[in-house]
Amino acid sequence: MYPNDRVAAFIGENFIPVKIHIKDQPETFKRFRAQWTPTLVILDRDGVERHRFEGFLPVTDFLSQLALGLAHAAFGREQWREAEERYRAVVRDFPTTDAAPEALYWAGVSRYKGGDQTALADTAKRFQAAYPATTWAKKASVWAH
Amino acid sequence: MAISWRKDVDAALAEAKASGRALLLDFNAAPM
Repeated sequence: MYPNDRVAAFIGENFIPVKIHIKDQPETFKRFRAQWTPTLVILDRDGVERHRFEGFLPVTDFLSQLALGLAHAAFGREQWREAEERYRAVVRDFPTTDAAPEALYWAGVSRYKGGDQTALADTAKRFQAAYPATTWAKKASVWAH
Repeated sequence: MAISWRKDVDAALAEAKASGRALLLDFNAAPM
């Protein structure tokens, strides 16, 4: 995973990376409630956890989860425009991953929270064409008018 | 391209706050 140049570049450009080995820092595992390896946790600049995922993922899926975590961090800071842009980038750059429908859902929520009252209905409509068989499409279906 | 992994979480938290970047914590058990 990490020898991959795309992964290394993405991490280098976007994160302060910390590697914690179970044998070296078991107390840090407890502190962050990590119960399995690998566990990846994304914290925002204030140290608030915004995303976590466990288990191995292929490169593209791994990158999509990192990008989703950055979007969640912006959402958590109520930076609605940045969050929407980051979520839409996940959909655009990683369209075949599990992160994409989740990002499409939260892009709509970010747009709505940014003041666009049409955002949720538009998102529900998009889900009819994209990712219709996902949990996220079901969640968005309540927004359809 | 090598990743500049840190090992001290609290130092990394301070670095993240100062730089405005997010943190990525990788909990692993890979052979050292």
